[in-house]
Amino acid sequence: MKRYMTVGLLLALLCGITIWMTSLGQVGIFKMFPPMKVVGAALRHVQIVAVAEVMAVVMGILIGFLATRRTFRFISPVLLGIANVGQTVPTLAFIGIASVLLGMGYNAAVVALFFYAILPIIRNTYAGIRSVDPAVKEAAQGMGMSRQQVTWKVELPLARPVIMAGIRTSAVVNVGTAAVAGMIGAGGFGVLIMTGLAVRVMPIVIQGAAPTAAMAIGLDAILGKVEDWMTPRGLMVLKLAQWQQQ
Amino acid sequence: MIRLDHVGKTFSDGTEAVKDLSMEINEGEFCVLLGPSGCGKTTTMKMINRLISLTSGKICVDGVDIYNLDQNELRMGIGYAIQNIGLFPHLTVWQNIATVPMLKKWPKTKQHERAEELLELVGMEPDTFIDRYPSELSGGQQQRIGVARCLGADPPILLMDEPFGAIDPITRAKLQDEFLKIQAKIKKTIAFVTHDINEAIKMGDRIALMRAGELVQFSDPSTLLSSPKDEFVRDFVGADSVLKGLRLLRAKDVMQPPPLTVEVHENPMLVKARMEKDRIGWAMLTEDEGHFLGWVSCDDLQESKSIRDTATPPTVTGTPDTPLNEALSKMFDSAIGNLAILDNGERLVGVLSFEIIRDVLGQSVSEAKVEPCGEEQ
Repeated sequence: MKRYMTVGLLLALLCGITIWMTSLGQVGIFKMFPPMKVVGAALRHVQIVAVAEVMAVVMGILIGFLATRRTFRFISPVLLGIANVGQTVPTLAFIGIASVLLGMGYNAAVVALFFYAILPIIRNTYAGIRSVDPAVKEAAQGMGMSRQQVTWKVELPLARPVIMAGIRTSAVVNVGTAAVAGMIGAGGFGVLIMTGLAVRVMPIVIQGAAPTAAMAIGLDAILGKVEDWMTPRGLMVLKLAQWQQQ
Repeated sequence: MIRLDHVGKTFSDGTEAVKDLSMEINEGEFCVLLGPSGCGKTTTMKMINRLISLTSGKICVDGVDIYNLDQNELRMGIGYAIQNIGLFPHLTVWQNIATVPMLKKWPKTKQHERAEELLELVGMEPDTFIDRYPSELSGGQQQRIGVARCLGADPPILLMDEPFGAIDPITRAKLQDEFLKIQAKIKKTIAFVTHDINEAIKMGDRIALMRAGELVQFSDPSTLLSSPKDEFVRDFVGADSVLKGLRLLRAKDVMQPPPLTVEVHENPMLVKARMEKDRIGWAMLTEDEGHFLGWVSCDDLQESKSIRDTATPPTVTGTPDTPLNEALSKMFDSAIGNLAILDNGERLVGVLSFEIIRDVLGQSVSEAKVEPCGEEQ
């Protein structure tokens, strides 16, 4: 409860700052972005993040899952290596490379964000499924579950919280990365921040930065709730018991 | 009935886990696969439900080659319990127990009823436990659920891989006793893997002792103890095989009626005279037709004291179902070196002495025709 109060207060504060900055209208000779432009930037920002994230979730879970199957297990070290190394590459580099290959604009931004977002999802899906107790899988098989049933009734439910944590991480990071994508003309809050920096007017920078932060915090809280909701109750009990023991 | 016919398993890395093994497990028989680790006992068991495929030979269940059956249908008809239990942590106790009924698409209410029934069978209060999660149970309780789960759809055959392996000795002994009682009721055909010779003797109708993928000796427990086939069996059974054999007998099998019982109201001096005449060192004091009060020694009897005051009350007693190994250890605790055997109503039914045990031990070494415990009750 306390956690949600904090998040709520923070969101209210950040939104307030954004509205306040927008209401300034003009700082010196520079005009602030008008409300419609801010709303437009917000929608664009959401669009970039959402499209990249949805593709990353679908592809990431699929690839992560396949990597755990015996047929494809030989590529899993390579895949996980890429996933780990890929995460150390700065976001700016990703976006730069994408803009070189695909030209400036929205498409390049989405592709760059997609590749950046898919890495934690692959890694967590793989780890989540591999961490299912072999004894549990053996018992399931021994009692006559088919391979599909073992996957759907045992492996995926048990891996779900870990997979969800990967999605949450990648989505929240993506909100920030999408701001950088403003540099290659993809739109979003990045445009406000870049403009403000270029003309050295801090209120304009804040006009873009505050809602970006608000969006990341809000998304994190929502996905945290989804994560709890997706965790089977038997595992929550387990987590709670372990937590109490400490 | 399960028949293994020249069964062999060679793993892809070339290790021969099981070599040309032939054996038969009869309907309703509790068969223990026993042996040191790596002897192929688990592999043998897992070949029966095709978790491990065989590389040569044939396994028939009720006369049907298991490779002519659908793999999952076969497994649903064979209960399976393992040492690590492998309960589904995301499912409740009843969902765990009803796994096979769920796979067989029984109606939900029937699944739930079956889970309640099985919880009761394994001695757990359904109302308390049915909606719990495995992480909310103790190790022993989880093992019970594991056993209940393998009985889910009432399969005629059970495969159990050290199902009582991962728990403390006290709980294990309790679960073993309870499971024997359950088995006496449900009469399943069981292949039970263990490396513990004591567990094998206690539980098995027959024991298949394996070494390096081969069946060394397949016989009932008392034969295994009294006439080991070779040096390996003798070593595995241990130097105390005669003592282990005691576990196969119960007090009621060998106890004798008390040589002399006296009632509390009898005259001490008359009793003393009778004991001296018959050269009986001790008598057993009873009250109200058989209620046991204690031991009376000839030397302690005095004119001035009532018999009750001179009697030594029993520190330990046994029941007709006490295994002889327990009885023997109780006898060392007993003041007089004998053990009074009392029935449920605390009435004296017999007595065990060191002489009786010595005679039994002498017999079990020379001839072996005792019934294993598992078949009684």
